[in-house]
Amino acid sequence: MSDSVWETVIGLEVHVQLATESKIFSGSATAFGASPNSQASAVDLAMPGMLPVLNEKAVRYAAMFGLAIDAEIGKRSVFDRKNYFYPDLPKGYQISQFDHPIVGRGHVQIQLADGSSREIGVTRAHLEEDAGKSLHEDFHGMSGIDLNRAGTPLLEIVSEPEMRSAEEAVAYLKTIHSIVTYLGISDGNMAEGSMRCDVNISLRPHGTTEFGTRTEIKNVNSFRFVEKAIQIETERQMDILEDGGSVVQETRLYDADRNETRAMRSKEMANDYRYFPEPDLLPVEIDDSYIEALREALPELPDAKRERFESQYGLGSYDAGVLSSERDIADYFEAAAAGGDAKAAANWVQVEVLGALNKTDLAMSECPVPATELAALIERINDSSISGKIAKQVFEILWNEGGSVDGIIEARGFKQVSDSGALETMVEEVIAANPEQVQQYLAADEGKRKKLTGFFVGQIMKASKGQANPKLVNDILAAKLDASS
Amino acid sequence: MSLPTLAELSRRLGKGDVSSVDLTRDYLARIEAQDPALNSVITVIAEQALAEATAADARRAAGESGALLGIPLLHKDIFCTAGIRTSCGSKMLDNFVPPYDATAVARLKAAGAVTLGKTNCDEFAMGSSNENSFYGPACNPWNTERVPGGSSGGSAAAVAAGFAAGATGTDTGGSIRQPAALCGITGLKPTYGRVSRLGMVAFASSLDQGGPLAATAEDCALLLQAMAGFDPADSTSAEHEVDDYSARLEADLEGLKIGLPKEYFGDGLDAGIDTAVRAALAEYQALGAELVEISLPHTHLAVPAYYVIAPAEASTNLSRYDGVRYGYRCEDPQDLYDLYTRTREEAFGAEVKRRILVGTYALSAGYYDAYYRKAQQIRRLIQQDFLAAFDSVDLIMGPTTPHPAWVLGEKVNDPVAMYLEDIYTLSVNLAGLPGMSVPVGFVDELPVGLQLIGPHFSEARLLNAAHRYQQVTDWHTRRPAL
Amino acid sequence: MSVDQAEIEKIAQLARIRVAPTDIAELTERITGILDMVDQMQAVDTSGVEPLANPLNASQRLREDRVTESDRRAEFQAVAPVTESDLYLVPKVID
Repeated sequence: MSDSVWETVIGLEVHVQLATESKIFSGSATAFGASPNSQASAVDLAMPGMLPVLNEKAVRYAAMFGLAIDAEIGKRSVFDRKNYFYPDLPKGYQISQFDHPIVGRGHVQIQLADGSSREIGVTRAHLEEDAGKSLHEDFHGMSGIDLNRAGTPLLEIVSEPEMRSAEEAVAYLKTIHSIVTYLGISDGNMAEGSMRCDVNISLRPHGTTEFGTRTEIKNVNSFRFVEKAIQIETERQMDILEDGGSVVQETRLYDADRNETRAMRSKEMANDYRYFPEPDLLPVEIDDSYIEALREALPELPDAKRERFESQYGLGSYDAGVLSSERDIADYFEAAAAGGDAKAAANWVQVEVLGALNKTDLAMSECPVPATELAALIERINDSSISGKIAKQVFEILWNEGGSVDGIIEARGFKQVSDSGALETMVEEVIAANPEQVQQYLAADEGKRKKLTGFFVGQIMKASKGQANPKLVNDILAAKLDASS
Repeated sequence: MSLPTLAELSRRLGKGDVSSVDLTRDYLARIEAQDPALNSVITVIAEQALAEATAADARRAAGESGALLGIPLLHKDIFCTAGIRTSCGSKMLDNFVPPYDATAVARLKAAGAVTLGKTNCDEFAMGSSNENSFYGPACNPWNTERVPGGSSGGSAAAVAAGFAAGATGTDTGGSIRQPAALCGITGLKPTYGRVSRLGMVAFASSLDQGGPLAATAEDCALLLQAMAGFDPADSTSAEHEVDDYSARLEADLEGLKIGLPKEYFGDGLDAGIDTAVRAALAEYQALGAELVEISLPHTHLAVPAYYVIAPAEASTNLSRYDGVRYGYRCEDPQDLYDLYTRTREEAFGAEVKRRILVGTYALSAGYYDAYYRKAQQIRRLIQQDFLAAFDSVDLIMGPTTPHPAWVLGEKVNDPVAMYLEDIYTLSVNLAGLPGMSVPVGFVDELPVGLQLIGPHFSEARLLNAAHRYQQVTDWHTRRPAL
Repeated sequence: MSVDQAEIEKIAQLARIRVAPTDIAELTERITGILDMVDQMQAVDTSGVEPLANPLNASQRLREDRVTESDRRAEFQAVAPVTESDLYLVPKVID
């Protein structure tokens, strides 16, 4: 049996860390990488008598996300306590939202590699606090607890079980990533844990409507791991089902080193979260004018931007999709396109810039070549100051050493030779030095002549170290060769 | 025996007849000499208190004034006090010294009050007799074989015994009013949200409220004035303006309509208490008030609803005591589960454990609707009863407790009987209303309290009504002989 | 509603409180007594009544997003049972 028999059903719970300065219920900093427990206040540590006060920005960011996915915003949302004991959870409960989340049902559009797109439903999104971190390095057989992360605001975005492949799940995750980074409500930094997801997977025979038993893979923290975890878990479940067994509903972990999933031991003991309204907080009420003001201030979102790139710059949908996938890339592209040649800018950004970023593992925000310099570079190609080939050299210098396009062209003498007198001399020298090829040229028919022209152009470019203006060279060469017959 | 009231001491300090250091020395000496018989104070900070008194005297010498400047107080050991052990009457926090003050304590300190120490209480404020304390029961100064009430039993006993000019307490189901009644002093539980809960260790978050215990309503007005007010660090703190409580004390009671809930005078009320309370009501009539019988039809449901809501909230409020960041930790935990279960078994007392288990049960899957949700619905009905009553009356009055102070140990093996002692006070917390208890007589040489209940934020009216009564009676001046 | 010992054991496990085997019978009896009293609520029809979670009809106040806390680790860890390298230590945590 094979894949074709089974349909994979996937739902994601994405935890997005909101980009606030302070924690969701306390005034401690949320900065990444501080020394252990230096950003854990009395509230975060659940010291006796401490109380939570809600951060306005967390509420605002959650509502912005809701508007971006066309969801109903909960005008009266309620925080609940989710009770369980764990050393990284100081209060013994997590403040979360259960019955009345701040964001209700919405949807996102995902783009697939074959050019098609699909709508995926978002069930809800709610605010909650993050837990701390257990460090497993051995302290005489003990674990160390760092509560710096405890109380960091999270938006948990729950999808409908509407994805059917690892590709769709990754596309969904990328779409969520692009929405939250566009909105500026999260830095989306997956390596630092700013975005993590729990994957719910089940299998069922194609054509059936009932869901199979699902497993939940906790805390997967990269696009690639999501893809691999889904693939490996799908295979595992398929093996079980095809052997006539049944899948156990459980929480699993993805082990990237071994590329396998395994059951979590800490989740073996039956849990009963005993949700109830958090009595230390009151219901959060948001009025229409607050929502309308947010809606008006909402930035252009990826879908709208992609469409605009197509219509405004005449880009194809693939190019527009790549260039609008991240706000930083889109902003860079638009700044480069402001030079006047959007199509060239689109090409340069996708091939040279993204290529180089990828190779050096840098983010768009860390790109060493400013978009204005890329625009200047394109302008120098278009005004024939340099050739495309030289332009790539200039780009490389800009990338590695910095500087300005014009400065580099000047300093390195890269300026194209467009002086027809100088070019004529060069052409005459090449013709004089290659009488044999001239004879062949004169004897050849139209078709062959073109090919032979290439030889002369190559010689001239070589002599000019690539700086001869190719168009002028062609014109002069044609005139001289024809005259020599 | 009669002792000066807080207000009287405040006047003497103002006139320079006495210094804060003198007062502090007197109180410290009295605590040292007499508290061994009562066990009402579990931490005395003599040196620090004298330093604070010296500072208060210096402030006064520099021209500052203020009703509480230099007044020695005791705090219930539920309020966090920076640098001073805050045990909550529990083995769990026997070694806990917070690096911060509760907002209520900080406000009293800012007003110049001197902290003498911390008072005994039921563990995490759970109890009606002060018998659930890791430090042993506090005793009633009127009869040391009897309970002082609880959970603020230590505060009430200490004030009655003259160990401080006043004390703080907390009231989740009657924990200020009931011990005030049983010890023959005045106690006020403010409107929910009136006094900040920050740093006041939580028992049941939606019911807890801090307030003053003192000899008189006038004293309580001075203390509440300092304690009350909006605190941005407590989300449930009310942004309601604070009245001038002392300014309205003398207002005339002519035409005041007092509602007497028939449910508060029925079966189960001690005959002696009934007599004393009715005599007090007659005084109110003499002061020009009008008595009206009313009904609070859901009163009988207050105890059941309370004993779901309070344990449910407590069960999760007390989850933080896990032996990891502060407080007790069991020896040699084998694994995490062992650390949690043994730490909590060894350091929580029997009543606290019972309530955590009842609360856990009430919130657990399958029972939530039948217990927690149902109790919250009944809570709404109880609040509606009061709101409807306040459409036609200004205040509600009745007994604070069904019985006077009982003998130590009498009810420890019968939690339900103990819970029923709070039958008249619990609904006030469920509805979030302000309530007071004032001494109105004795039965078998044990004090009796009259409960006054007002609409939300009517503390000034309550204090006014209590004060006018105390001007024409002298029950509040009676002090036990120790 | 009465509870049996097995249920009390389950609840005690959820609440992370060890109950000595010798205490379980008495504890079950006490808790049954409390639940019996509480069950008086079931006699009242509360359909359509909005639950009251908080006595004041107020809504949540929002705090400005500003860092107001500084590092007080030394003070906080001074009261901690076991710390090392600025971390709180607990028996090994197993995922």
